[in-house]
Amino acid sequence: MARQSQAGSVSRLPEVPPELQSSVNLTTLDQVYAWARKRSLWPMLFGLACCAFEMIATAASRYDTARFGMEIMRASPRQADLLIVNGTVTKKMAPLLVRLYNQIAEPKYVIAMGACAISGGPFKEGYNVVSGVDRLIPVDVYIPGCPPRPEALIHGILTLDARFDHESIRDIRAFQTGEDKGIPEPALGPDLLNWRDLEGLVGPPEEKR
Amino acid sequence: MADTINGMPVEVWEKLQARFPGALHPAQPPERGDAEGYPQGGEHRMTRSVSRSVLQNRPRYEGVLVHSRHLLDVMRFLRDELGYVMLSSLTAVDYPEAVGQLPPHIDVVYHLFRLEGGGYVVLHVHTAREGAILPSLTPEFAAANLQEREVWDMFGVRFDGHPDLRRLLMWEGFDGFPLRKDWREAYFEEEHKPFRSRFPEGGSPLYAEERTPYHANVRYSREFAEHNLHVDEDFSEADALLYERMLSADRDTDKPLKTEEMILNMGPHHPSTHGVFRMAVRLDGETVRHLEPVFGYLHRCHEKIGERNTWLQNIPYTDRLDYINGMTNNLAYCLAMEKLLGWEVPERAEYIRVIMAELSRVVNHVLAAGFFSNEIGMYFTGSLYALEERELVLDLFEAAAGGRMMFNYMRPGGIARDLPEGWIERARALVRGRLPKKVKQMQSFLLDNEIVRARSVNVGMLSAHDAIASGVSGPVLRACGVRYDIRRAEPYGIYDRFAFDVVTREHGDAFDRVALRFDEVWESLRILEQALDAIPEGPIQSHRLSPKMLIPPGETYARIEAPKGELGFYLVSDGGANPYRYHIRATSLLNLTPLSALTRGVKIADVVSILGSIDLTMGEVDR
Ligand code: SF4
Repeated sequence: MARQSQAGSVSRLPEVPPELQSSVNLTTLDQVYAWARKRSLWPMLFGLACCAFEMIATAASRYDTARFGMEIMRASPRQADLLIVNGTVTKKMAPLLVRLYNQIAEPKYVIAMGACAISGGPFKEGYNVVSGVDRLIPVDVYIPGCPPRPEALIHGILTLDARFDHESIRDIRAFQTGEDKGIPEPALGPDLLNWRDLEGLVGPPEEKR
Repeated sequence: MADTINGMPVEVWEKLQARFPGALHPAQPPERGDAEGYPQGGEHRMTRSVSRSVLQNRPRYEGVLVHSRHLLDVMRFLRDELGYVMLSSLTAVDYPEAVGQLPPHIDVVYHLFRLEGGGYVVLHVHTAREGAILPSLTPEFAAANLQEREVWDMFGVRFDGHPDLRRLLMWEGFDGFPLRKDWREAYFEEEHKPFRSRFPEGGSPLYAEERTPYHANVRYSREFAEHNLHVDEDFSEADALLYERMLSADRDTDKPLKTEEMILNMGPHHPSTHGVFRMAVRLDGETVRHLEPVFGYLHRCHEKIGERNTWLQNIPYTDRLDYINGMTNNLAYCLAMEKLLGWEVPERAEYIRVIMAELSRVVNHVLAAGFFSNEIGMYFTGSLYALEERELVLDLFEAAAGGRMMFNYMRPGGIARDLPEGWIERARALVRGRLPKKVKQMQSFLLDNEIVRARSVNVGMLSAHDAIASGVSGPVLRACGVRYDIRRAEPYGIYDRFAFDVVTREHGDAFDRVALRFDEVWESLRILEQALDAIPEGPIQSHRLSPKMLIPPGETYARIEAPKGELGFYLVSDGGANPYRYHIRATSLLNLTPLSALTRGVKIADVVSILGSIDLTMGEVDR
């Protein structure tokens, strides 16, 4: 069960009767939230390029992400909460990647796995390559490598886990009021029209928001 | 091999001359061009003007130059009377400046093969760069379909009579034809690597990323940037042509029952396509009326980048093509370079190459079977068996090459590193002890399983004739009963020394394709046993390599039997430190040519079964 809350906060909480002390734990909502989140991070079953194979290897028996409560890869973005961008993001794929990201329910996290997802990697100069997925969507953890080894991916996931400890339920986007418009999807014109890059020059068309 | 002229059998040349007097010219005038004595592996960097003059003589060009007027006739003649039934590769080379007496032109290159082996025939057809147009082969040669679309997409050569000339890799509306030599990307820095700004000390402030407007990897024409960027237009027109095509293609107008049809997009994010592949399907209830594959979601501009890289810089890039089989990709590219260089490979390196290639085949085939079981709904169970074995082979690869997936292991003239101590024994233990047991187990779990049979027997039947005509190769071709394996038809390396059978099956359905892969695993294990026993000691590299090695001018096409089928590299060198043209004949792409036909009229659930049995890697399909 949840770990004991800090001694400082216990003093302000009601006394627990002695007969219940072995079965009741007191904690904060934030900690319960972090605990649950860490142990049920469901990645999206999403493969872009070579790095996807290392992700599959990470999920398979030798490296086994089931140890972290994340063996269930979900094909539908609606059921996932972690997007591992594992490969080269091409311009042709960019609008769809943003759409998939928008479809993931909050709270959602993004790991950029491999050189390609970070910066375009070996294919950076390519005319159809987006030089880094963070040009499109916000990224929480970057894992260098081409491809990163499964151990590195696990390390990246644990890094993300560690972040949950510092998250407060108050700051999480999912619990904020107001409509979440999502990220405007880029469009394909004579080249990629990424409204974020073009900002300042031109505003995105309103209904695209 | 028999006598050859310009790379093709003399007898073929004579027959062609007799049949088409005066219409054909050798691509390389025999009296000109002498590549002997060319500096090899030198350190100096050729200036542009020198390489240009070398190009003018077109030394060591292969095949015949055909006028576009005669193209179809020559192709028919070669196919029907001389047996060149396989249109393996179709690509183009752009010459933006005059070459000798030739004006600026685009050279479209066709490589044809016979089932019996014995060399290839190369046809060159020239077309002007402005308004480039050639007759399409697609109505008669199905294998040309996707390849012509690619040439249109990348070079802007129109193919007159092509039933569906849309862009293949980029989207409709993309500006320009990227593989033309004068087309430059947003991050264009200079013509060739290594870039001055970064090599040897770097420090130049001229990084392309910073000079680009918007600092993104995008480039717009001036008019577009000035007038249209702010216009609230719907740019999602990119798919309009696709849907138009889908709705018009093979309509069945006299159906007894009026039913409403719908278009469903499977992918690019779809669990069955293991990668970003999209199939737009027109459905009538659950029945597929028409299926159009959409490519390019992983188009990483491999060829354009490859033409800027130095020759050796491309080796790690080939790892990332079919990323399950880095070893065989390395091998094919190195063979092509060796062909241009005329280099020999030491014995030990040859053996190591065979061992690596066959281990790779084993991994590929068990993985393909594992993922096939994924596709038909055994969620991940089958693949877990396969991935377990894969890890063990990857350990061997890692010990030899240093990486799990990306090896960068082979070099022209040999391999990069020798095997570490004890490697052979470890490999032998795996090949003799564990793999046969495990493969047998997987085979019986999968192939004797009733559900697997129900989902794959008689599903997606491909006839031998259609398979050959549409450029299919590898296990998919052999599952239709065609006994064709490049390791036997045109042995490369030392494959002629090993005893193994070219296995086939008859029906050409999804089940046979999966089952055949298991049969091939057994043959690969046979080769591995022989190779591991016979491997000699000795050197592993025949030449000293320099990072900016030069390759004498000429063109070549080298191919191997990769696990998925024929993997070919078409290289043109102008004598410089970089390939002038670097084209990959992608197995997975060509194997998808018959997909539309295979899926017509099947239930939607069978589409994934068919796709899974073809076994593709998107990195190679889109490049
Ligand atoms: S980072 Fe390397 S391994 Fe990963 S997708 Fe890019 S090229 Fe492939």
